[in-house]
Amino acid sequence: MTTGLAARTAPGRPAGTPSPAGPPRLPRRIARSRRAVAGLVLLAALFAVAFAGPLLSRWGWDDTDFTAFRQGPSARHWLGTTQSGRDVLALTLRGTRRSLVIGLSVAVLSTGLAGLVGTVAGFAGGRLDRILMWGTDLLLVVPSFLLVAVLAPLLGGGALVPLLAAVLWMVGARSVRAMTVSLREREYVLAARFLGAGPARVIVRHVLPQLASLLVVDASVNVSVAVVAESGLSYLGFGVRPPDVSLGTLVAAGQGAAPACPWPFAAAAAMLVLIVLAVNLLGDGLRDVLDPEAGPRRGDR
Amino acid sequence: MTLLVVRDLTVRYAPGVPAVRGVGFDVGAGEVLGVVGESGSGKTALALAMVGLLPPDARVTGSVRLRGEELVGRSDAELSRIRGRDLAMVFQDPLSALTPVHPVGDQIAEAVRIHSGATWPAARARAVELLDLVGIPGAARRARACPHEFSGGMRQRVMIAMAIANDPVAIVADEPTTALDVTVQAQVLDVLKAAKEATGAAIVLITHDLGVVAGFADRIMVMHAGRAVESGPVEEVYRRPRMPYTIGLLQSLPRMGAAGAARPAPVDGASPEAPAAGGGCAFRPRCPVAVDACGGRDPEPVLVGPSGHTAACVNTEATADPDAVFPLPDAVPRPARPPRRERPVVLEVDGLVRHHPLYRGTLLRRRAGTVHAVDGIGFDVREAETLALVGESGCGKTTALMEILRLARPQRGSVAVLGQDTAALRPARRKALRRDVQVVFQDPFTSLDPRMRVADIIAEPFAAHGLRAPRGRVRELLDLVGLEPAHAGRYPHGLSGGQRQRVGIARALALEPRLLLLDEPVAALDVSVQAGVMDLLEGLRNRLGIAYLFVAHDLAVVHRIADRVAVMYMGRIVEIGSVDEVYGRPAHPYTRALLDAVPLPDPRLERRRRRVPLRGDLPDPTAPPAGCRFRSRCPRYAALGAVDARRCEEHDPMPRPMSTDRESDQWAACHHPLAEAGAGS
Repeated sequence: MTTGLAARTAPGRPAGTPSPAGPPRLPRRIARSRRAVAGLVLLAALFAVAFAGPLLSRWGWDDTDFTAFRQGPSARHWLGTTQSGRDVLALTLRGTRRSLVIGLSVAVLSTGLAGLVGTVAGFAGGRLDRILMWGTDLLLVVPSFLLVAVLAPLLGGGALVPLLAAVLWMVGARSVRAMTVSLREREYVLAARFLGAGPARVIVRHVLPQLASLLVVDASVNVSVAVVAESGLSYLGFGVRPPDVSLGTLVAAGQGAAPACPWPFAAAAAMLVLIVLAVNLLGDGLRDVLDPEAGPRRGDR
Repeated sequence: MTLLVVRDLTVRYAPGVPAVRGVGFDVGAGEVLGVVGESGSGKTALALAMVGLLPPDARVTGSVRLRGEELVGRSDAELSRIRGRDLAMVFQDPLSALTPVHPVGDQIAEAVRIHSGATWPAARARAVELLDLVGIPGAARRARACPHEFSGGMRQRVMIAMAIANDPVAIVADEPTTALDVTVQAQVLDVLKAAKEATGAAIVLITHDLGVVAGFADRIMVMHAGRAVESGPVEEVYRRPRMPYTIGLLQSLPRMGAAGAARPAPVDGASPEAPAAGGGCAFRPRCPVAVDACGGRDPEPVLVGPSGHTAACVNTEATADPDAVFPLPDAVPRPARPPRRERPVVLEVDGLVRHHPLYRGTLLRRRAGTVHAVDGIGFDVREAETLALVGESGCGKTTALMEILRLARPQRGSVAVLGQDTAALRPARRKALRRDVQVVFQDPFTSLDPRMRVADIIAEPFAAHGLRAPRGRVRELLDLVGLEPAHAGRYPHGLSGGQRQRVGIARALALEPRLLLLDEPVAALDVSVQAGVMDLLEGLRNRLGIAYLFVAHDLAVVHRIADRVAVMYMGRIVEIGSVDEVYGRPAHPYTRALLDAVPLPDPRLERRRRRVPLRGDLPDPTAPPAGCRFRSRCPRYAALGAVDARRCEEHDPMPRPMSTDRESDQWAACHHPLAEAGAGS
């Protein structure tokens, strides 16, 4: 009873206090998922290193050490230097920072857009649905990679995130819509509508929670796709412009010399792998936690 | 001659408790054994174990002998030679049991060929013969049709034809009529009877419907928690049940027979899926006559009557008088109210129409036809009364309900709730009106949000209207529907079906509505749980004075709860009136046929009934017959002379009163009603 009223005062998000009668609330359940915790810890570590690391390093990412060109790891340069004498560690951290920010903000933007367009189209049905899906399909057939490659240099560096988000949301929106359409006919959604709940409330209370695992998977895939796409664009010279660096430009710059001097290439590639790994672990873990039919919650009978 | 002998059959899925625990029975040639039980009683596991179709992780022990030949422990290849030839099976869902891409004739012919080695032409000819035997019109032509071109009843006939293709020794039928409407169920049971006569096979009929068993089976075996708790000749068991569970099942059935509407007693609690090992009788927690001796071990069946009537009960002394076992709950008396005519109208529907356009093509959408789902119906519901909408599936009853719930302008006609025309409502007024009109859905497993706690579900109506639930209101509502305060913190998946439905009812009652729309509220529940939910609904109506619009296909349930009943056929109301009049003296031939088709859970009454079965299936809803829509299936029309029949062919009958008596309000839409005005019975 009291738990019911407590939850009512803060609708949508479960309250943090675990109730004595029922299963634990969301944060507690996340804490129980090994994968989610591993992903979360790894991601936090990456952020910490990428943002705090440069403060501890003697070298800035744009500093040039004219005494050391293309050197291996040493006490002076932990991961060596590039051909032009820049510190590989500092460059990699800088690149990680760029890639992390781009990946996460693109994922949040595109998945948010997918969720919005998908639920509105699926729930509204009729003409609005047809118009929105028509637009979605139209964007799907546009060669998105080329579009970003052409537009990004024209619009400047800040446009990269919105541009990537704008070409990544469509597939997600389609599956969100499909699921919303089937959810709309569920009896408990009908029941809520016939109780007098408005469309916004029904979507937030009854539809979105069911879509949560789908959205999380979509977002984690989008992080990987965005990081890789940004790297790809930068590699081709359309993304992050020199002298600034991202993991993509680092891989591009490092790959030619990789056989002789693998450090710049290997460090950037390893970071790329770690980011994608962390996000996918977290996504998998969250999906299991959010799925109502999944394991541990069953135990509360 | 005993054909099928089962002894001590036990089915155990990999780690858990056994689904079937030591079941044994004999079935003779031409004999029908009815196996009844509620969901989770192990009856389907028993059927699959007999034919050897359980998944590989299931362990089967005991013995199943068909004409002396042991089947348990045989390899799948060996069993395949027996299945389909000597031992046949009819499944519940004929759509998934037939291969969708092959013509049904070929599928039957294949069954013939596998076992007899006949040539294709000979097997096809035999298939046509069999289809004709099970009553499929135009068998030679229909043999070339694929399963989706058949209706549910026709598909089940095809399944039966396939089952009897090789003159089986025994047929196992698992809920063969559960997915079908009553009128079609009656037809299929007749076909099964004919198939039995033609082959002389022993039949094991598995069902949850005690009415079907009463009419069809010779012996009955009642299963509970994997054990056979009572078995014996059908008449004997129905008349003198001795196991408290059987007594409860029989008493919890709503009846519409001559004895009138005796109130059924509910058997509380859920059927336990997992009885504790060595915990004694599994029914003990629900049993009103349990004694200390019930614990310890499973009771062995003891002889309690003639012809091998056995019951697995320790305390059979206490069950000598079945009526005394389950105390009837106190009925909530119906407070005296002014006569119907003087009570306020809560819901008024007039000429309501809902047509679904059918479109073809994707790019250029062309209108390909119209489904007349609801085609001009009218009725009113007054305070504190229950109107039931009944009819077969596809008759438009649920569409009508949804159309009322929308509280919006209908395609044609009008809906007025509490005197307010829904077509003229502004959004704010409509939302306010929703507080007075609430709904309870059929399936308690899908009508509650699986991610919300019971307390949140029940409080949701308040939140939806921007209100705060008054303190203690959730507890009060839980109490009102007979749930414990502790249930408030649970999620729906931690509740049984009956408990979930109670939560659904509590949610509907939260805002104290004046009108409750119930869409088959007990159809998804086991009979013993049904009685409890019906009691609850009846009590609430009597106490709170709510009006119910009750959509159902089960005429026995309707007879119990409704004051008035409207019978629908193809989007129209063909007959409406008080329950006593409509059930006692049906005027429309369709009502008569529906009532006839309901199997009575009483072997003596059921076998004595004289019935005119309804022919065929519902016509294509996009092209109803001209004139009277019921014409194509009407037994009365078939017997009319040419002049009278012309009226049915040319004029769509309008509802008209069946009696000049002022007290009567029975109306029927028929040119040649069964009970003519003033003609008495």
